[in-house]
Amino acid sequence: MLSVQSLSRLHICASFELHRGECIALQGPSGVGKTVLLRAIADLDPNTGIVKLDGVLRESMPAPAWRRQVTYLAAEPGWWADTVQDHFKAWADAVPLVEKLGLAGSCGTWSVRRLSTGEKQRLGLVRALMLNSRVLLLDEPTSSLDAESTRVVETMIADRVSAGTSVIWITHDDAQARRVASRQLMMNGGGQLEEQSP
Amino acid sequence: MTYIQLSYGDLILPALLVVMNGALSVALHLRLEWHLAIAAVRMLVQLVLVGYVLTFLFATVSPFWTALAAVAMVLFASREVVARQKRQLRGWWSYGLGASCTLLAAGTVTVFALLTQLRPEPWYHPRYALPILGMILGNTMTGISLGLDVLTNGLVRERASVEASLALGANRYAALLPVMRDALRSGFMPTINAMAAIGLVSLPGMMTGQILSGVEPVDAVKYQLLIMFLIAGGTGLGTLAAVVGAAYLLTDSRHRLRLDRVSSERP
Repeated sequence: MLSVQSLSRLHICASFELHRGECIALQGPSGVGKTVLLRAIADLDPNTGIVKLDGVLRESMPAPAWRRQVTYLAAEPGWWADTVQDHFKAWADAVPLVEKLGLAGSCGTWSVRRLSTGEKQRLGLVRALMLNSRVLLLDEPTSSLDAESTRVVETMIADRVSAGTSVIWITHDDAQARRVASRQLMMNGGGQLEEQSP
Repeated sequence: MTYIQLSYGDLILPALLVVMNGALSVALHLRLEWHLAIAAVRMLVQLVLVGYVLTFLFATVSPFWTALAAVAMVLFASREVVARQKRQLRGWWSYGLGASCTLLAAGTVTVFALLTQLRPEPWYHPRYALPILGMILGNTMTGISLGLDVLTNGLVRERASVEASLALGANRYAALLPVMRDALRSGFMPTINAMAAIGLVSLPGMMTGQILSGVEPVDAVKYQLLIMFLIAGGTGLGTLAAVVGAAYLLTDSRHRLRLDRVSSERP
């Protein structure tokens, strides 16, 4: 489904295939280039290489259309408007997901400034999920969450994977990598990917 | 119309006021005396030179010399736009954007005024064209430099929010719009404030000059109103062009934010 061949940005160079309904855990020491790789796949930074979705070359479609299908979610999502609901096209549709993640449905009118780091992370995830992208590039999506919220997020993503969404999930937690992913890729200091045996 | 002519000798006494400032700086250890002296000498030399240059231009009424003087003014203005930026665009565009936007805005508005309201003969007469261009340039330059400064600093500060929007499929202009709005507001504010305060807080320099040279106050007011309308138009046009142009240059065709095209903050 997602084909990455010789994708190069700064010191990293990566090639791998991500199949439909597959979740890959991406691991490696801090600063090794995991975020750089996900941002390059989403085409958020200049890069070279061949990236295809179902055989269609990334450059053959406008970048916004690509990112709506291959969506990157930062570990600390950014906010550009005053209230939570201003960041959603249809806030009412997002409320069930928001409540499932343990947040009040009324938080749409809250100021973004009053949100905790964990609330921002959960709302950022909902915002990305609302796009119904075919590929999700998740950069430590539970790094600021407690155990219960982490479990809910993992279940929510697993449901999406079962429905056919493909996911690359950066995590430093080996146990989480084993729980959420069917494959694990390790990035070494040279920015190369190595398949980890289960 | 009559006016009281000044000789260079008449300026000696008022110049002592600047000397007084220098003495204050020395007495209070402000360490401004050299800056003050250099600024005062620059002002003196620049204004005297400009006086002679304008005298030459008014005598010749040549389209070539008038255009050359206008281009020189635009180049100085664009240099000033760049000098006022905390973070500059890298490479040639640093000057190119400032020069093209000031030229576009101030040039368009000046030609508009010359062709429609003032209608001097010939239309490019330097007695009208250059002072009006100068006044519009000064204000347009301020709007453009403020707009660019707020845009570049805002994009660096709000990088996470801009990239979050891009990552969710927004195009580059939609993603940059909140920062662009702030930049446009900053560029427009000095002109809005000046229009609101004019006549109450201050009498504008041009109007004062006309009154001192014998023009009836009501006629001087008409000229001042014309200039203020032109300044408002020029500043709006220039700031808009500069902010949209910089937003274009700080992104690429793949709708990526390119902060690598901005230099780091100057101390």
